[in-house]
Amino acid sequence: MDNIKKLPDSVNKKGGIMLILGVIILLVAFVFEPQRAFFDYLWIYMFLVSIGVGSLALVGLEYLVGATWSTPFRRITEILASITPVLIILVIPLFFGLHDLFHWTHHEVVESDKILQSKSPYLNVEFFSIRTAFCLLLWLVFFFFMTRNSQKQDLDGDVTYTKRNITLSTVFTPFFVITITVTAVDWMMSLEPHWFSTIYGVYYFAGTVVASFAATTIAAVLLKQGGYLDPRIKNDSFYSLGTMMFGFNVFWAYIGFSQYLLIWYADLPEETFWLIHRWEGSWKFVSIALLFVHFIIPFLVLVGRRAKTNIGLLKIMAPWMLFAHALDLYWLIFPTYFKEGAGFSWPELSFPLIVIGLTMILFKVLSDKKNLIPVKDPKLQAGLEFHL
Amino acid sequence: MFGRILNKIDEEFLKSEPRKGELFAVSALFDTPDQIITSAEKVSGSGYRRFDVLTPYPMHGLDNAMRLRETKIGWVGLLAGMSGTTLAFLMIWWMVGIDYKNVIGGKPFFNIAPSIPIMFELTVLLSALTLVAFLIAVFNKLPSNANPLMATEFMKHVTSDKFGIYIEAKDPKFNQNEIKSLFSSLGASEVYDINEVSYDEGKTKNPILDFKFVGNLIGVGIVTAILSYFTLNYLLFLPPFNWMHHQAKVLPQSESKFFNDGFSMRKPVEGTVARGFIPYEFKGMHDSLVVETPNPLPVTKEILEKGKKNFDIYCSPCHGYYGKGDSRLRGQFPVPPTLHSEKVRSWKDANIYHVITNGQNVMPSYEKQISRDDRWAIIHYLRVLQRSQNAPDSDFEGK
Ligand code: HEC
Repeated sequence: MDNIKKLPDSVNKKGGIMLILGVIILLVAFVFEPQRAFFDYLWIYMFLVSIGVGSLALVGLEYLVGATWSTPFRRITEILASITPVLIILVIPLFFGLHDLFHWTHHEVVESDKILQSKSPYLNVEFFSIRTAFCLLLWLVFFFFMTRNSQKQDLDGDVTYTKRNITLSTVFTPFFVITITVTAVDWMMSLEPHWFSTIYGVYYFAGTVVASFAATTIAAVLLKQGGYLDPRIKNDSFYSLGTMMFGFNVFWAYIGFSQYLLIWYADLPEETFWLIHRWEGSWKFVSIALLFVHFIIPFLVLVGRRAKTNIGLLKIMAPWMLFAHALDLYWLIFPTYFKEGAGFSWPELSFPLIVIGLTMILFKVLSDKKNLIPVKDPKLQAGLEFHL
Repeated sequence: MFGRILNKIDEEFLKSEPRKGELFAVSALFDTPDQIITSAEKVSGSGYRRFDVLTPYPMHGLDNAMRLRETKIGWVGLLAGMSGTTLAFLMIWWMVGIDYKNVIGGKPFFNIAPSIPIMFELTVLLSALTLVAFLIAVFNKLPSNANPLMATEFMKHVTSDKFGIYIEAKDPKFNQNEIKSLFSSLGASEVYDINEVSYDEGKTKNPILDFKFVGNLIGVGIVTAILSYFTLNYLLFLPPFNWMHHQAKVLPQSESKFFNDGFSMRKPVEGTVARGFIPYEFKGMHDSLVVETPNPLPVTKEILEKGKKNFDIYCSPCHGYYGKGDSRLRGQFPVPPTLHSEKVRSWKDANIYHVITNGQNVMPSYEKQISRDDRWAIIHYLRVLQRSQNAPDSDFEGK
């Protein structure tokens, strides 16, 4: 594998600049509008959870179902999953902002609010912190063991590593479903503590998987076009990435629509206000844009078979889907802060800068240490031979 | 029984030995998927057009290797799917928005949100069914009765454990020996010639039309129908939910056991006034006792038209369309006096109302037939009639 180029150092430099710029913007925002800065930061955090933990789930999924087509791309997904340990550091500042973010952390509010009182056995800072810590630790443990096994296999190609990872991912997958639901409910749904939707976790999960596939796709496309990937990976392999992105995007729409339809049918004031708020003022345009950007346009573009093997098109659609997921999270989080109507200004620029900067650095640092494809994975050959 | 019938069908077919015809194709079997892909590439690359590959399971990469043009079937699916969407939309819109409006939870009759699942279902249903039908009828040119490949050793293998390819004799580049050596050079495990087959027509008749077969089929149908009728209606019969039938109510034509007088229908309490029926206070009294009440209705075009309508219906048979007493009853009823007499013209509205409501001598009461408002409307119209027949000269001056 020595003839394959390593990522240039400029990646680190560019990524670093973006990251620092993003952090500076966030700090300045914190000085002027601390609450807004915390909402921005929550947005960034949840997006990184999507990509990091979602990618970890994709790695697990590959082992669980015995997929071969994704094996050549698995290292890329693993690098994206290595956002997971970083989350443990990233979450700390959020805890200083609990008061700014979450209504239910205010004692005087809870005292005069029947609903919040009855929810307080679940919604209290102590239990909340325990849950968050539990989720993060669980992710960390599985991330550590799964990537270590995959890593070790690069040396001797021993099948037992694959078998161990199959066992690990069998245990991990149900835990993933539970933890991602808890995370979605705790960090986003409780922004409106009066509101509830039992499908909320699934909704976030669907977006997470789309975003992770999109992130893997764009990373793979960029690395391939730059010549950093094994040339044996052919365009046909990208077909499945496009298909999965497309498929889970339809799943996201399905879940989103289910949530909407049930609320519409029941027409209960305690449920509808959440959607009504997103249909007021300029939020209405964000809602409509979400429908088009996240579902209708990508659906029409990606529905054809040829679209999914067209690398040039995937290079547009993968970032598009990442943008759509960011918009989705924005739509979920920000109506609590921007009560009057959607807002976007320089503090929100920290989002792309930090997310992209951090991912670039991770790629540079980790690709220096690892091979960008799992060179001795027993399934690799089958994956490389995949054709339509 | 069915086994016997099937055996019989088999026998019929076997009786007519197929006769081998001209060469149809040269075929080859391969052991591995990789071999068949390279062979397909090679065959299509050498310029053969009329050839096909048969594999026991669908294989990736084959259409590329065979250099097939992209199939158009996707467009069929798209079109059928879209017509499904449209159809479902129109159906729901028509059903809940126009034909059978039902208020459910105070929601608008037609709304796009709950229609989407149905639109989705019909999209999938229609595109799937159309695709299958199209695939069979158009792309595979079925139903056709036979294909030379059937009942060959080649076919047996490609449907179980081998990968096969054949080149038709109709191919413009066809050369039997060349193809055979091409196949063996590609590592074919077996090479077959496949001939056209034909059956003697006289000996085979379509077993589907066999009298016994059809008769048996109908017999089985009838037996099944009878059996299921008895099973469902007697054996597995559960009495339906009919508690509503047995309730404390009086059935028609039967006596009430609850009330002493046996009537189930009770009379209203003395002095009850039914809604909308205000009793007439001068009922049965003499004309002179009627206290004057003015006509409560305004004189408008609608009221006059209503009055005319009711006058023509109720009064004109006796009084004539113009109230002149020119009855259409031809002497079967005493001819009433004209309504244009000095007397009636000088009457107050209340007096005319009294006559209509109470009747007068032989003229019966119209209280039951004509509502209060309609009676007053008739009076307005009657005034117009009177004026038209007794117009003062000043009316003609055309002011
Ligand atoms: C069954 C035939 C018949 C019908 C229908 C009928 N009338 Fe009469 N009406 C008579 C007869 C007969 C008399 C004369 C009664 C009498 O001898 O006093 C009469 C008398 C009258 C008188 C009194 C005339 C007078 O000079 O004393 C008025 C007013 C009158 N009718 C109005 C009406 C109006 C208005 C209607 C329609 C609602 C109507 N009638 C329907 C047969 C009829």
